[in-house]
Amino acid sequence: MTALPLVLTVFVACAVEAIEALTIVLAAGLTRQWRSTFQGMAAALLVLAAVVAVLGPTITLLPLGVLRLVVGAVLAIFGLQWLRKAILRASGNQALHDEASAYLREVAAAQAAPVSARCGVSDWYAFTLSFKGVLLEGLEVVFIVITFGDNQRDLGAAVVGAAIAVVAVAVTGIAVRAPLARVPENAMKFAVGIMLTSFGTFWGAEGAGVRWPGGDAALLVLVPVVAVVSLGYVAWLRRYRAGGAGQPARTPVPESGGVTG
Amino acid sequence: MLRALKSLGAFWYDFVIGDDWRVAAIIVAALGLTALLTHVARITAWWLVPVAAFAALAWSLHRATSRKS
Repeated sequence: MTALPLVLTVFVACAVEAIEALTIVLAAGLTRQWRSTFQGMAAALLVLAAVVAVLGPTITLLPLGVLRLVVGAVLAIFGLQWLRKAILRASGNQALHDEASAYLREVAAAQAAPVSARCGVSDWYAFTLSFKGVLLEGLEVVFIVITFGDNQRDLGAAVVGAAIAVVAVAVTGIAVRAPLARVPENAMKFAVGIMLTSFGTFWGAEGAGVRWPGGDAALLVLVPVVAVVSLGYVAWLRRYRAGGAGQPARTPVPESGGVTG
Repeated sequence: MLRALKSLGAFWYDFVIGDDWRVAAIIVAALGLTALLTHVARITAWWLVPVAAFAALAWSLHRATSRKS
Protein backbone atom coordinates (compact mmCIF):
# COMPACT_ATOMS: atom_id res chain seq x y z
CA MET A 1 0.00 0.00 0.00
CA THR A 2 1.28 3.50 -0.84
CA ALA A 3 1.68 6.17 1.82
CA LEU A 4 -1.18 8.30 0.43
CA PRO A 5 -4.15 6.50 2.11
CA LEU A 6 -2.14 6.44 5.34
CA VAL A 7 -1.40 10.17 5.20
CA LEU A 8 -4.99 11.04 4.22
CA THR A 9 -6.58 8.94 6.97
CA VAL A 10 -4.26 10.33 9.63
CA PHE A 11 -4.79 13.86 8.26
CA VAL A 12 -8.61 13.73 8.51
CA ALA A 13 -8.58 12.02 11.93
CA CYS A 14 -6.07 14.51 13.31
CA ALA A 15 -7.87 17.51 11.79
CA VAL A 16 -11.04 16.52 13.68
CA GLU A 17 -9.15 16.27 16.98
CA ALA A 18 -7.23 19.49 16.31
CA ILE A 19 -10.50 21.38 15.70
CA GLU A 20 -11.79 20.24 19.11
CA ALA A 21 -8.52 21.21 20.81
CA LEU A 22 -8.61 24.60 19.06
CA THR A 23 -12.08 25.32 20.49
CA ILE A 24 -10.77 24.78 24.03
CA VAL A 25 -7.57 26.77 23.45
CA LEU A 26 -9.53 29.70 21.97
CA ALA A 27 -11.98 29.67 24.88
CA ALA A 28 -9.07 29.77 27.36
CA GLY A 29 -7.02 32.35 25.44
CA LEU A 30 -9.76 34.81 24.47
CA THR A 31 -11.57 34.83 27.82
CA ARG A 32 -8.63 34.35 30.21
CA GLN A 33 -5.01 34.96 29.26
CA TRP A 34 -3.02 33.95 26.19
CA ARG A 35 0.35 33.57 27.96
CA SER A 36 -0.89 30.87 30.38
CA THR A 37 -2.93 29.26 27.60
CA PHE A 38 0.17 28.92 25.40
CA GLN A 39 2.15 27.57 28.37
CA GLY A 40 -0.50 24.88 28.89
CA MET A 41 -0.53 24.06 25.18
CA ALA A 42 3.27 23.84 25.02
CA ALA A 43 3.40 21.57 28.10
CA ALA A 44 0.80 19.22 26.55
CA LEU A 45 2.65 19.15 23.21
CA LEU A 46 5.87 18.24 25.03
CA VAL A 47 4.13 15.32 26.78
CA LEU A 48 2.63 14.14 23.48
CA ALA A 49 5.99 14.39 21.67
CA ALA A 50 7.58 12.31 24.44
CA VAL A 51 4.84 9.66 24.10
CA VAL A 52 5.41 9.42 20.33
CA ALA A 53 9.20 9.35 20.75
CA VAL A 54 9.04 6.54 23.33
CA LEU A 55 6.08 4.44 22.16
CA GLY A 56 6.54 4.80 18.38
CA PRO A 57 9.92 3.05 18.06
CA THR A 58 9.19 0.66 20.99
CA ILE A 59 6.08 -0.79 19.37
CA THR A 60 7.98 -1.48 16.13
CA LEU A 61 10.17 -3.93 18.09
CA LEU A 62 7.16 -6.30 18.26
CA PRO A 63 6.91 -8.96 15.53
CA LEU A 64 4.60 -7.73 12.74
CA GLY A 65 2.01 -10.51 13.33
CA VAL A 66 1.64 -9.72 17.04
CA LEU A 67 1.63 -5.98 16.33
CA ARG A 68 -1.13 -6.34 13.75
CA LEU A 69 -3.25 -8.58 15.99
CA VAL A 70 -3.05 -6.33 19.05
CA VAL A 71 -3.13 -2.98 17.28
CA GLY A 72 -5.75 -4.22 14.80
CA ALA A 73 -8.02 -5.33 17.65
CA VAL A 74 -7.65 -2.04 19.50
CA LEU A 75 -8.08 -0.03 16.30
CA ALA A 76 -11.22 -1.97 15.29
CA ILE A 77 -12.75 -1.47 18.75
CA PHE A 78 -11.77 2.20 18.74
CA GLY A 79 -13.09 2.65 15.17
CA LEU A 80 -16.41 0.95 15.93
CA GLN A 81 -16.80 3.31 18.87
CA TRP A 82 -16.37 6.31 16.53
CA LEU A 83 -18.66 4.74 13.94
CA ARG A 84 -21.37 3.96 16.51
CA LYS A 85 -21.43 7.55 17.68
CA ALA A 86 -21.31 8.89 14.10
CA ILE A 87 -24.23 6.66 13.03
CA LEU A 88 -26.28 7.68 16.08
CA ARG A 89 -25.64 11.34 15.25
CA ALA A 90 -26.34 10.96 11.51
CA SER A 91 -29.62 9.16 12.20
CA GLY A 92 -30.81 11.81 14.66
CA ASN A 93 -30.56 9.61 17.75
CA GLN A 94 -27.78 11.68 19.33
CA ALA A 95 -27.19 15.42 19.18
CA LEU A 96 -24.65 16.50 16.57
CA HIS A 97 -21.31 17.73 17.84
CA ASP A 98 -21.43 21.52 17.61
CA GLU A 99 -18.18 23.47 18.04
CA ALA A 100 -20.03 26.78 18.47
CA SER A 101 -22.03 25.55 21.49
CA ALA A 102 -19.00 23.67 22.88
CA TYR A 103 -17.10 26.97 22.68
CA LEU A 104 -19.86 28.88 24.49
CA ARG A 105 -19.90 26.26 27.29
CA GLU A 106 -16.11 26.56 27.73
CA VAL A 107 -16.28 30.37 27.68
CA ALA A 108 -19.00 30.44 30.35
CA ALA A 109 -16.97 28.13 32.59
CA ALA A 110 -13.76 30.10 31.97
CA GLN A 111 -15.43 33.42 32.84
CA ALA A 112 -16.80 32.04 36.10
CA ALA A 113 -13.51 30.58 37.37
CA PRO A 114 -11.30 32.71 39.69
CA VAL A 115 -7.77 33.78 38.68
CA SER A 116 -4.95 32.22 40.69
CA ALA A 117 -1.19 31.95 40.08
CA ARG A 118 0.66 28.68 40.67
CA CYS A 119 4.04 27.13 39.78
CA GLY A 120 5.15 30.22 37.83
CA VAL A 121 1.93 30.28 35.78
CA SER A 122 -0.05 33.51 36.21
CA ASP A 123 -3.48 32.00 35.34
CA TRP A 124 -3.66 28.39 36.49
CA TYR A 125 -7.19 27.86 35.13
CA ALA A 126 -6.21 28.91 31.58
CA PHE A 127 -3.09 26.72 31.82
CA THR A 128 -4.92 23.58 32.97
CA LEU A 129 -7.85 24.08 30.58
CA SER A 130 -5.49 24.40 27.62
CA PHE A 131 -3.19 21.58 28.86
CA LYS A 132 -6.04 19.10 29.38
CA GLY A 133 -7.76 19.99 26.11
CA VAL A 134 -4.64 19.63 23.98
CA LEU A 135 -3.45 16.51 25.85
CA LEU A 136 -6.76 14.62 25.65
CA GLU A 137 -7.44 15.43 22.00
CA GLY A 138 -3.74 14.94 21.23
CA LEU A 139 -3.71 11.46 22.77
CA GLU A 140 -6.18 10.34 20.11
CA VAL A 141 -3.91 11.84 17.45
CA VAL A 142 -0.91 10.04 18.95
CA PHE A 143 -2.84 6.77 19.10
CA ILE A 144 -3.83 7.00 15.43
CA VAL A 145 -0.35 8.10 14.32
CA ILE A 146 1.40 5.27 16.16
CA THR A 147 -1.04 2.50 15.19
CA PHE A 148 -1.25 3.46 11.53
CA GLY A 149 2.42 4.41 11.23
CA ASP A 150 3.80 1.32 12.94
CA ASN A 151 1.47 -1.10 11.16
CA GLN A 152 2.51 0.27 7.78
CA ARG A 153 6.12 0.50 8.96
CA ASP A 154 5.96 4.17 7.94
CA LEU A 155 5.75 6.26 11.11
CA GLY A 156 7.22 9.24 9.23
CA ALA A 157 4.29 9.42 6.77
CA ALA A 158 1.78 9.22 9.64
CA VAL A 159 3.59 12.01 11.51
CA VAL A 160 3.56 14.14 8.32
CA GLY A 161 -0.23 13.63 7.93
CA ALA A 162 -0.82 14.61 11.57
CA ALA A 163 1.53 17.61 11.44
CA ILE A 164 -0.13 19.01 8.28
CA ALA A 165 -3.57 18.66 9.93
CA VAL A 166 -2.51 20.35 13.18
CA VAL A 167 -0.72 23.21 11.38
CA ALA A 168 -3.66 23.73 8.95
CA VAL A 169 -6.18 23.90 11.80
CA ALA A 170 -3.93 26.14 13.94
CA VAL A 171 -3.29 28.60 11.08
CA THR A 172 -7.00 28.73 10.21
CA GLY A 173 -7.90 29.20 13.87
CA ILE A 174 -5.40 32.06 14.27
CA ALA A 175 -6.77 33.72 11.10
CA VAL A 176 -10.44 33.31 12.07
CA ARG A 177 -10.02 33.71 15.86
CA ALA A 178 -13.21 31.66 16.34
CA PRO A 179 -14.10 27.97 16.63
CA LEU A 180 -14.23 26.26 13.24
CA ALA A 181 -17.96 25.58 13.42
CA ARG A 182 -18.44 25.46 9.66
CA VAL A 183 -16.10 22.51 9.13
CA PRO A 184 -18.23 19.38 8.43
CA GLU A 185 -16.90 17.75 11.60
CA ASN A 186 -19.63 15.12 11.95
CA ALA A 187 -19.15 13.93 8.37
CA MET A 188 -15.38 13.82 8.92
CA LYS A 189 -15.86 11.73 12.06
CA PHE A 190 -18.06 9.34 10.11
CA ALA A 191 -15.33 8.96 7.49
CA VAL A 192 -12.66 8.44 10.14
CA GLY A 193 -14.80 5.80 11.87
CA ILE A 194 -15.08 3.93 8.57
CA MET A 195 -11.31 4.06 7.98
CA LEU A 196 -10.36 3.05 11.54
CA THR A 197 -12.82 0.14 11.50
CA SER A 198 -11.68 -1.04 8.06
CA PHE A 199 -7.95 -0.89 8.82
CA GLY A 200 -8.44 -2.36 12.30
CA THR A 201 -10.49 -5.26 10.93
CA PHE A 202 -7.97 -5.87 8.15
CA TRP A 203 -4.87 -5.80 10.36
CA GLY A 204 -6.51 -7.66 13.24
CA ALA A 205 -7.58 -10.56 11.01
CA GLU A 206 -4.17 -10.58 9.33
CA GLY A 207 -2.54 -10.76 12.75
CA ALA A 208 -4.80 -13.71 13.60
CA GLY A 209 -3.32 -15.57 10.63
CA VAL A 210 -5.78 -14.76 7.84
CA ARG A 211 -4.68 -14.24 4.27
CA TRP A 212 -6.99 -11.73 2.66
CA PRO A 213 -8.08 -12.44 -0.92
CA GLY A 214 -5.98 -10.11 -3.07
CA GLY A 215 -3.67 -9.12 -0.19
CA ASP A 216 -3.58 -5.37 0.58
CA ALA A 217 -6.00 -4.77 -2.32
CA ALA A 218 -8.74 -6.27 -0.13
CA LEU A 219 -8.79 -2.91 1.67
CA LEU A 220 -10.11 -1.34 -1.54
CA VAL A 221 -13.19 -3.53 -1.12
CA LEU A 222 -13.37 -3.52 2.68
CA VAL A 223 -13.49 0.29 3.05
CA PRO A 224 -16.47 0.77 0.66
CA VAL A 225 -18.26 -2.23 2.22
CA VAL A 226 -17.90 -0.74 5.72
CA ALA A 227 -19.12 2.61 4.34
CA VAL A 228 -22.17 1.06 2.64
CA VAL A 229 -23.11 -1.01 5.71
CA SER A 230 -22.73 2.05 7.96
CA LEU A 231 -24.91 4.18 5.67
CA GLY A 232 -27.42 1.31 5.63
CA TYR A 233 -27.50 1.41 9.44
CA VAL A 234 -28.15 5.17 9.33
CA ALA A 235 -31.10 4.60 6.96
CA TRP A 236 -32.38 1.74 9.14
CA LEU A 237 -32.24 3.85 12.32
CA ARG A 238 -33.88 6.83 10.60
CA ARG A 239 -36.75 4.63 9.45
CA TYR A 240 -36.94 2.99 12.88
CA ARG A 241 -37.07 6.42 14.50
CA ALA A 242 -39.68 7.76 12.09
CA GLY A 243 -41.83 4.62 12.25
CA GLY A 244 -41.78 4.46 16.04
CA ALA A 245 -41.13 0.70 16.07
CA GLY A 246 -40.32 -0.68 19.52
CA GLN A 247 -39.21 2.02 21.94
CA PRO A 248 -36.78 4.24 20.00
CA ALA A 249 -35.39 7.35 21.66
CA ARG A 250 -37.89 10.14 20.90
CA THR A 251 -35.48 13.01 21.31
CA PRO A 252 -31.77 13.04 20.42
CA VAL A 253 -29.68 12.00 23.41
CA PRO A 254 -27.24 14.79 24.36
CA GLU A 255 -23.56 14.19 23.67
CA SER A 256 -22.01 11.83 26.20
CA GLY A 257 -18.80 13.87 26.23
CA GLY A 258 -16.66 10.76 26.02
CA VAL A 259 -13.12 10.71 24.73
CA THR A 260 -14.23 10.14 21.16
CA GLY A 261 -16.01 13.51 21.25
CA MET B 1 -2.47 7.07 44.69
CA LEU B 2 -5.34 4.55 44.38
CA ARG B 3 -7.64 7.32 43.22
CA ALA B 4 -5.15 8.39 40.56
CA LEU B 5 -4.82 4.79 39.33
CA LYS B 6 -8.61 4.43 39.23
CA SER B 7 -8.92 7.66 37.23
CA LEU B 8 -6.21 6.50 34.83
CA GLY B 9 -7.94 3.15 34.38
CA ALA B 10 -11.30 4.85 33.82
CA PHE B 11 -9.72 7.16 31.25
CA TRP B 12 -8.17 4.31 29.24
CA TYR B 13 -11.38 2.27 29.47
CA ASP B 14 -13.37 5.20 28.12
CA PHE B 15 -10.66 5.91 25.53
CA VAL B 16 -10.53 2.42 23.98
CA ILE B 17 -13.70 0.57 25.01
CA GLY B 18 -16.08 3.52 25.12
CA ASP B 19 -19.84 3.37 25.57
CA ASP B 20 -20.44 -0.34 24.88
CA TRP B 21 -18.02 -3.00 26.16
CA ARG B 22 -19.93 -5.73 24.27
CA VAL B 23 -18.53 -4.46 20.97
CA ALA B 24 -14.99 -4.90 22.28
CA ALA B 25 -15.81 -8.37 23.63
CA ILE B 26 -17.26 -9.49 20.28
CA ILE B 27 -14.22 -8.24 18.34
CA VAL B 28 -11.79 -9.99 20.69
CA ALA B 29 -13.83 -13.22 20.52
CA ALA B 30 -14.01 -13.00 16.71
CA LEU B 31 -10.24 -12.57 16.44
CA GLY B 32 -9.67 -15.53 18.76
CA LEU B 33 -12.06 -17.69 16.75
CA THR B 34 -10.41 -16.56 13.50
CA ALA B 35 -7.01 -17.61 14.82
CA LEU B 36 -8.43 -21.00 15.86
CA LEU B 37 -10.16 -21.61 12.53
CA THR B 38 -7.08 -20.54 10.57
CA HIS B 39 -4.33 -22.31 12.51
CA VAL B 40 -6.13 -25.35 13.96
CA ALA B 41 -9.02 -26.17 11.62
CA ARG B 42 -7.25 -24.75 8.53
CA ILE B 43 -10.47 -23.04 7.42
CA THR B 44 -10.46 -19.81 5.40
CA ALA B 45 -11.86 -17.28 7.87
CA TRP B 46 -11.06 -13.80 6.52
CA TRP B 47 -14.80 -13.00 6.49
CA LEU B 48 -15.36 -13.64 10.20
CA VAL B 49 -14.01 -10.41 11.73
CA PRO B 50 -15.88 -8.05 9.34
CA VAL B 51 -19.13 -10.01 9.85
CA ALA B 52 -18.62 -9.89 13.63
CA ALA B 53 -17.90 -6.15 13.46
CA PHE B 54 -21.10 -5.45 11.50
CA ALA B 55 -23.15 -7.64 13.84
CA ALA B 56 -21.65 -6.03 16.96
CA LEU B 57 -22.32 -2.57 15.58
CA ALA B 58 -25.93 -3.42 14.67
CA TRP B 59 -26.57 -4.91 18.12
CA SER B 60 -25.00 -1.95 19.89
CA LEU B 61 -27.00 0.55 17.79
CA HIS B 62 -30.19 -1.36 18.43
CA ARG B 63 -29.54 -1.33 22.18
CA ALA B 64 -28.72 2.39 22.14
CA THR B 65 -31.88 3.36 20.25
CA SER B 66 -34.21 0.99 22.08
CA ARG B 67 -33.53 2.53 25.48
CA LYS B 68 -36.37 4.63 26.80
CA SER B 69 -35.55 8.32 26.54
